[in-house]
Amino acid sequence: MVAEQNEQQPLVQFSQVQKSYDGETLVVKHLDLDIQRGEFLTLLGPSGSGKTTTLMMLAGFEVPTHGDIRLNGRAITSTPPHKRNIGMVFQNYALFPHMTVAQNVAFPLEVRKLPKDQIAAKVQKALGMVRLDAFGQRRPAQLSGGQQQRVALARALVFEPELVLMDEPLGALDKQLREHMQMEIKHLHDKLGLTVVYVTHDQSEALTMSDRVAVFNDGVIQQIDSPSALYEKPRNSFVANFIGENNNLNGEVVEMDQEVCAVRLDDGSLVRAARINVHAVGARTTLSIRPERLYVDQEHEGATNQLSGQVEETIYLGDHIRVVVRLAGGDQIMVKVQAGPHLAMPRPGDAIRLAFRTEDCRALNPVAAGKMADAGSTSH
Amino acid sequence: MNLQGGASAPPADRVLSDGDVPLKVRLRRAERVRKMTAFGLVAPLLVFLLLTFVVPIAGMLWRSVGDSELSKVLPRTEAALVTWDGKSLPGEAAFHALADDLAQARADDTAVIAARRLNYDVSGLHSAVMSLARHPFDPAATPSYRDAVIAVNHHWGDVAAWGAIRHARGPLTDFYLLSALDLHQDASGAIHRVSADRAIYLDVLARTFRISLTVTLFCLVLGFPVAYLLATQPPKIANGLMILVLLPFWTSLLVRTAAWVVVLQDQGIVNDLLLWLGIIDHPLRLIYNAIGVHVAMTHVLLPFMILPLYSTMKSIKPHFMRAATSLGAPPSVAFLRVYLPQCLPGIAAGCLLVFILAIGYYITPALVGGASDQMLSYFIAFFITDSVNWGLASALGAVLLGATLLLYAVYSKLVGGTDIKMG
Repeated sequence: MVAEQNEQQPLVQFSQVQKSYDGETLVVKHLDLDIQRGEFLTLLGPSGSGKTTTLMMLAGFEVPTHGDIRLNGRAITSTPPHKRNIGMVFQNYALFPHMTVAQNVAFPLEVRKLPKDQIAAKVQKALGMVRLDAFGQRRPAQLSGGQQQRVALARALVFEPELVLMDEPLGALDKQLREHMQMEIKHLHDKLGLTVVYVTHDQSEALTMSDRVAVFNDGVIQQIDSPSALYEKPRNSFVANFIGENNNLNGEVVEMDQEVCAVRLDDGSLVRAARINVHAVGARTTLSIRPERLYVDQEHEGATNQLSGQVEETIYLGDHIRVVVRLAGGDQIMVKVQAGPHLAMPRPGDAIRLAFRTEDCRALNPVAAGKMADAGSTSH
Repeated sequence: MNLQGGASAPPADRVLSDGDVPLKVRLRRAERVRKMTAFGLVAPLLVFLLLTFVVPIAGMLWRSVGDSELSKVLPRTEAALVTWDGKSLPGEAAFHALADDLAQARADDTAVIAARRLNYDVSGLHSAVMSLARHPFDPAATPSYRDAVIAVNHHWGDVAAWGAIRHARGPLTDFYLLSALDLHQDASGAIHRVSADRAIYLDVLARTFRISLTVTLFCLVLGFPVAYLLATQPPKIANGLMILVLLPFWTSLLVRTAAWVVVLQDQGIVNDLLLWLGIIDHPLRLIYNAIGVHVAMTHVLLPFMILPLYSTMKSIKPHFMRAATSLGAPPSVAFLRVYLPQCLPGIAAGCLLVFILAIGYYITPALVGGASDQMLSYFIAFFITDSVNWGLASALGAVLLGATLLLYAVYSKLVGGTDIKMG
């Protein structure tokens, strides 16, 4: 590790970075991002949101068209990738098929011209770290997907880079293996004190592994926060819909103070919501409520907002029941209800009243109904 | 299903079958029908290949070792020579038999066959056979056939002539194959090199290989960057470039070769340009020599190098190079250690293809080469069409085939046969 005196300084700084491929449309519109030493930062977003381009600019495979990137305070915008000393794990592993596993792992050390005995020791250690000691003499094609990804990890870590980049490294694995590898990568991060920048479009992966998540959309970071803050306190409608399940209710602000606003929904009912992203009385807003923060028992403590509707559909999911409710105004809304043998299950056609707390209902920027469906479909 | 129901139901893992025929047999039958259908689909091509490829090659190989025409014309002579030691002239019986055989041959009009065949071996025997055939012998007035025959033509007093007769007795011979390698078997059976003034085929074979190797190298050096460009450009540009590569394929070989004559001749474009630029003051000799052969052959064979290279490079994903540079390899090292090794199957296939096509080349060297640039195929064509020595033509063909197969064996051993990727 370098430069202990710069402990306060972020490891990576993007300032005012822009990237355009054709000189007309910006893939990355405006990027100011600090990456701290030792953190696990995930860049999350739908495809085309600029997250991969951001990673490629950091790796050196793309050059920003404006702004600069600093690594350890030193501008690296014009440093070629092979001089950046950044480890990288690719989605398709990119293991060299004509080399054995051990030769693959030794490659970064050989191009750095380390002595032979040191290389052998480091390769052995790196393979041990990913529990593939016995596989050194195999070809990558003889390994399973998970094993190949572990080799790719060992290869990216063996030369002890300051920073490790991962570009959807688990995208090609099946669900079970993916979850297992998530934990493995997380443990390596904790054990080795790595700084990791991880790109994914899978929000559960992002929430599981990260210290911080930067949600990208449209070439801009929509919000960068801890996983819990992203889920509990989304700052705009895109984040609310992209992370986790969400209900949207459109309305107009009729009254507001510093923290709370009153919103007249399109069906005429009035609710009070936390004021997050509304700026004036009379403005349109979209309210965001998580399905599990809507209560069907109306006496729920502190749940002062009320909405009435009709049960349209119920889906039994073991630990909970999803209830689709058609509100009086015609909007559809999803409610998660705890399930259990002693609890009554709502039936389609039942009239139902829903209650929720003011602080669980966040007034955000308005989105059109069509857009909402789009945003919803990306959050899987 | 033969389910009996209740307690007597069969165990769950027993294979159930309709009717009497076990399932295994029915599956095998279905498989056989499938195989027969597949065979039926390829059968026309198989027959075509058999008739146009396998049969002619087998015929050629047979002609290079078959030698039965002489023993039909000179049966008695061959019989008389069975016990001959091959060191001194044969006895009276052999001379008598030769005279009788040739008299018969004259009557049958077959003497010329013997004359031509024996002349391949010892030049001058054509006239020796023909003059002897025309000469009438009166058995009563001929005390010694030996002296009489030698008197008709002095060649018959030479052991070599008799060696040639015995050597050509058939039905199999190594004469043509030995000739194709500049070797000769004398009357006593010893094999030695022919004298330097008669030896040509080894030189031609070496020249054929040398030209082919050089052309292959030129193709590789010129084709590699083009294939790389094709494989790495976006499809729109790559398709345009690909048409340029394939364009020569749509033009006749003859036209392409003739075009080089126009370009490279003394008053051709290249010489005119060099003269006009003042680089030279009299035209360079660019055609009807080795330069012309190499230029034209490289041009004609280039697509055969580019296409296998392109297809291999297309399958090397760009992320390998990215991975190599991200691991700290400068672009040149990444190219040499990561990209190039993965190109090897394509390089191997391209080189093999170009080399094998090149050693069989005929038209191009014939049109743009000089007398000393002709390759083996030229001599094969010469012996088939001009001197009608099909045996030697076949033997030269067999040598070419043998050399190609040997080369392929060595090559596939080096590269690992299964790794060679054709197009």
